[in-house]
Amino acid sequence: MSIWDKLLGRREPTSREVARERLQLVLVHDRAKISPQLLQTLKDEIIAVISRHVDIDREGVEVTFTRSRRQSRLVANIPLQGSRQRRK
Amino acid sequence: MAARILTITSGKGGVGKTTATANLGAALALQGQRVVTIDADIGLRNLDVVMGLENRIVYDLVDVVEGRCRLRQAMIRDKRLSELYLLPAAQTRDKTAVSPEDMVRLTDQLRPEFDFVIIDSPAGIERGFKNAIAPADEILIITTPEVSAVRDADRIIGLVEAEEKDTTYLIINRLRPDMIRREDMLATSDVVELLAIDLIGIVPEDEHIIISTNRGRPVALDNNSPAGQAFRNIARRVIGEDVPFMVIRENPSLMDRLARLVRGR
Repeated sequence: MSIWDKLLGRREPTSREVARERLQLVLVHDRAKISPQLLQTLKDEIIAVISRHVDIDREGVEVTFTRSRRQSRLVANIPLQGSRQRRK
Repeated sequence: MAARILTITSGKGGVGKTTATANLGAALALQGQRVVTIDADIGLRNLDVVMGLENRIVYDLVDVVEGRCRLRQAMIRDKRLSELYLLPAAQTRDKTAVSPEDMVRLTDQLRPEFDFVIIDSPAGIERGFKNAIAPADEILIITTPEVSAVRDADRIIGLVEAEEKDTTYLIINRLRPDMIRREDMLATSDVVELLAIDLIGIVPEDEHIIISTNRGRPVALDNNSPAGQAFRNIARRVIGEDVPFMVIRENPSLMDRLARLVRGR
């Protein structure tokens, strides 16, 4: 870390901050009893069901976890087909 | 009056389950409560030496379960506190010698005659852990402010919830205020936020623990020990008193901030 970083008040994260962030991530994965394979299966089936009724952007579908307090949440983000072009 | 059954567990080994059991037992007995501590770590018993009662063991938990003696015959009365008893683990057997149902039956026998039964759980998440939590009314999860211990504590919280035990409390052990002030240790608030269960005690790192274990005399009996004070506070919270948390100065001083600036972190 250079003297400029110090003078500008930039600093490396403390080991406490690093520990807290690493734990937050690890706990999300430990708590969700869903394997990466299962996540992929869920994603494929969600795409299949939704696209039977609505045109969706299959490449843009994201299925992820988030965590709040003691609850893990499965979040599916499904962009509609055509919505990208219109925004251009 | 029926006893409350408390199990002390952690997942990770070496975070202070046995020390906490011995001291919570002693501190509750100091408050005039009738207490039995049970060592559920069959094959690796240690609660007896921490309490200083190792020379008086005749029968153990497995002898009771297998009907070789009556429950009362296996219970050892503490030297100093007449209302404190220990039910030791067997040293020559393994965890499968006892079942969760055995533990429920055994503690039900103790309920009418005592105020508290405190069970010292073994480390791990296998049979010994399941034996220890089966009869529990309340579960005290102990951790230290370290990544591995907090992670294991979180896993234990999940397993305990899966057993539909919903009264869980957190004890954070071995806090080092100097390291927390330097931001080199997770603070109480970090651990509570990560694990999201109710805090019932914070225990500072204290060399009196090693000395008291050397002597086989729980630190809760020592008025000069900060950890002893912390365990006495936990005991009072357990019996329903509103005791403020010990002041462990966690906020960095101006000098700490300057030192950090000089070190570049």
